[in-house]
Amino acid sequence: MSEGHSTYTPKTGIERWLDARMPLPRLIYDSFVSYPVPRNLNYAWTFGGILSIMLVSQILTGIVLAMHYTADTTLAFDSVEKIMRDVNSGWLLRYLHSNGASFFFVAVYIHIFRGLYYGSYKAPRELLWILGCIIYLLMMATGFMGYVLPWGQMSFWGATVITGFFSAIPLVGNWIQELLLGGFAVDNPTLNRFFALHYLLPFMIAGVVVLHVWALHVVGQSNPTGIEVKSKTDTVAFTPYATIKDAFGMIVFLFFFAYFVFYLPNYLGHPDNYTIADPLKTPAHIVPEWYFLPFYAILRAITFNIGPINSKLGGVLCMFGAIVMLFLVPWLDTSKVRSAVYRPWYKLFFWLFVADAVLLGWLGSQPAEGSYVFMAQMATLFYFAFFLVALPVLGLIETPRRLPNSITEAVLEKNKGGGHHPAGATAAPETKG
Amino acid sequence: MKKILTSLALLGLVVAGTAAIAAEEAHNAAAPTHFPIDEPKEMDWSFTGPFGTYDKAQLQRGLKVYKEVCAACHSMNLVAFRTLEGLGYSEGQVKTLAAEYTIHDGPNDAGDMFDRPGKPSDYFPAPFANEQAAAASNGGAAPPDMSLLAKARGVERGFPRFVFDIFTQYAQGGPDYIHSLLTGYDETPPAGMVIPEGTHYNPYFLSGVSLKMPKPLSDGQVTYDDGAPQTVDQYSRDVSAFLMWAAEPHMEDRKKTGFRVLVFLLLFGALVYLTKRKVWEGVAH
Amino acid sequence: MSATDTQDPNRRDFLYVATGMAAVVGAGAVAWPFIDQMRPDASTLALASVEVDVASLTPGMSLIVKWRGKPVVVRNRTEQEMKDGEAVNLAELKDPIARNANLPADAPATDANRTTPGKEAWMVMVQVCTHLGCIPLGQEGDFGGWFCPCHGSVYDTAGRIRQGPAPENMAVPVFKFISDTKILIG
Repeated sequence: MSEGHSTYTPKTGIERWLDARMPLPRLIYDSFVSYPVPRNLNYAWTFGGILSIMLVSQILTGIVLAMHYTADTTLAFDSVEKIMRDVNSGWLLRYLHSNGASFFFVAVYIHIFRGLYYGSYKAPRELLWILGCIIYLLMMATGFMGYVLPWGQMSFWGATVITGFFSAIPLVGNWIQELLLGGFAVDNPTLNRFFALHYLLPFMIAGVVVLHVWALHVVGQSNPTGIEVKSKTDTVAFTPYATIKDAFGMIVFLFFFAYFVFYLPNYLGHPDNYTIADPLKTPAHIVPEWYFLPFYAILRAITFNIGPINSKLGGVLCMFGAIVMLFLVPWLDTSKVRSAVYRPWYKLFFWLFVADAVLLGWLGSQPAEGSYVFMAQMATLFYFAFFLVALPVLGLIETPRRLPNSITEAVLEKNKGGGHHPAGATAAPETKG
Repeated sequence: MKKILTSLALLGLVVAGTAAIAAEEAHNAAAPTHFPIDEPKEMDWSFTGPFGTYDKAQLQRGLKVYKEVCAACHSMNLVAFRTLEGLGYSEGQVKTLAAEYTIHDGPNDAGDMFDRPGKPSDYFPAPFANEQAAAASNGGAAPPDMSLLAKARGVERGFPRFVFDIFTQYAQGGPDYIHSLLTGYDETPPAGMVIPEGTHYNPYFLSGVSLKMPKPLSDGQVTYDDGAPQTVDQYSRDVSAFLMWAAEPHMEDRKKTGFRVLVFLLLFGALVYLTKRKVWEGVAH
Repeated sequence: MSATDTQDPNRRDFLYVATGMAAVVGAGAVAWPFIDQMRPDASTLALASVEVDVASLTPGMSLIVKWRGKPVVVRNRTEQEMKDGEAVNLAELKDPIARNANLPADAPATDANRTTPGKEAWMVMVQVCTHLGCIPLGQEGDFGGWFCPCHGSVYDTAGRIRQGPAPENMAVPVFKFISDTKILIG
């Protein structure tokens, strides 16, 4: 981990020259070559790398799309269609970008759930976790504003509804909403500023990603056992071990991504967004993009006033509260043990929480009527109970399973049954060429 | 892994259960609240699946139906004549076809607008000057532009079908819907149902019991030169396929590229996996 | 995995080389759409021809139309201009090539080769200086043709470069007379 000793030795004259002036090769070598990672990381740990690939892919396709896109309410829809029809490879770039947003979120959700399962947010990784939550927030803002740009019906009405959240704030709500819209309704000023911000935010995400990786490299990766690295035998060098594993994870992920881009490019979108925005006609069901659906369900679940808070403000507060929960996780969890592998009760609640999140997502896509509302209320209750009750209480009452003494011991225990590996495999793996 | 599977199974049960409850309360008599009343019929299209291609003869027939029937009210603003080469027409045929249309152009050097025959670079001219005129001539509802209709319409598939759709690559909700709508005019409304004045009952209509558009097609209305049956069903199939092409002209290219990409990723993935095994060989993990 | 293949360096090297090569091929294939999208799109290419009505042009008059975003001059030349153009000794020309898209690439820059057969009075030419893209002024300069005010290139009555920094004669686009009074450019 943070031994502080760089193992980089410049070999050529140019490297020595550069190292004395701006040691970029040293930084890269220390961060991505010799950097020690726990040897027992599973494929859930490849999603950090997958997310970087997706960010790069979104930025690159986004920049080239911006070369053809026009942010003007009279031209935006047609300019997107021009990309789809006339621009060389335009359909490919546009589908890569629109589906890329979805798969970015697929990866980030797996990444977040992995962190929750293995307790990756626990000390000393709280700041690492919070930086991740900030990236997630920025991603949501970027995704939302990007969805407005094609100027279809869902773009328009999604923007109307989401900026409407702010009108729930007492006293200054309407003022804030008008400030965001640049008018009294979603219109040309809104589209223009959303385009400008949609272009800006990914670079802010990239900036926070640098901080996220920096924080990671100070405290080191967590691992499936949740036990800190104790000796050199617990780790392997980032390159080639983690790089090649990440590469394989990425290719498998890209395979699913490509499947959607080429065979089901509109599966994750909504047909209404292929109709140009009409400020005088609301679609029958306004549904946000799938990655917002759980939060949308929580928003709509609050159909009653809570004391002085009316249902509109209550819904908005609950929705934002659902995200705030994530920020608080490091302090809500009272358990001494990190990983769910050794926490039988937490493991059960974790999977119930996953099921609850998926259920909320499905409810968010359904009309808010009949039994759906009650189900959404129950699911919302469980969502908050998981964070505010299960996390603090389980840590106090649960008896964890016996923890191994070290990562190496855990690995050897695991491999005893399989017998795939020769006994000598415990020898320091870093000596391998 | 086993735990993940059990959890997923549990999840499936929960979702299926709630879906069943929801489905139960949705049913009603002559005053339905959920539309369409009938789900679109799933048709066999030549363009489905990973190797699907457009049937060019069908697209040409569909274009004929559009030109002779739909185009009277529906614009197709985003489709240029030049792209009709995708229907299998030669450059010359496209020129002739474009020249059949009159394009309002200008201003000329004298500052006047003028009419001229269409060129391949022109787009299908709209039947009405603007949306207000279109609405005024059609009982207050402007007929939608048809360029993207096949992607802009689709009936929600519901659980669990939307999961299966990933594996069957169901992406023809638009043409299925259009075909069902066009062939759905002859059904009689259930007793007691109120059909608003000036609208036409159609159980397949996405947003109500009836729509402003009267039954547009009748048997024998459009003459086919290639011996295809001149029936409402065939017209509907052809025009739906044509509209799918109009909405997604690069579909064949997309699927072809996709196949290559997936094969490459499979091979590349196998190589990387073998390399990964080599690298990790002898390192217990 | 058997113990033998770890001892076979060839197979191991082959695997690494093959994986590396597949990665390079993949990267190249991914790069292509990003470059491809920069080329003129289908709608731009489709606008590549314009029809010009030249019935109103008497000798000594010209008009300018926009073709592919550039000005194309159509000039009905006077007898004198044609004579001046024909009288030029090809050896004196800075650029001896016709630069006429309707002719082979190596056609010599005779006055006839700068126009179209039977319509030698008509100059149809992209009126863009071949130096750095300014628009030369018509019927100015020492040769009675065109003069570019930006950097002083002088063209003769057939649009051939005679003086100044421009390297080539002004380009003659693909065009044809579709009737006596109508020209199709592109």
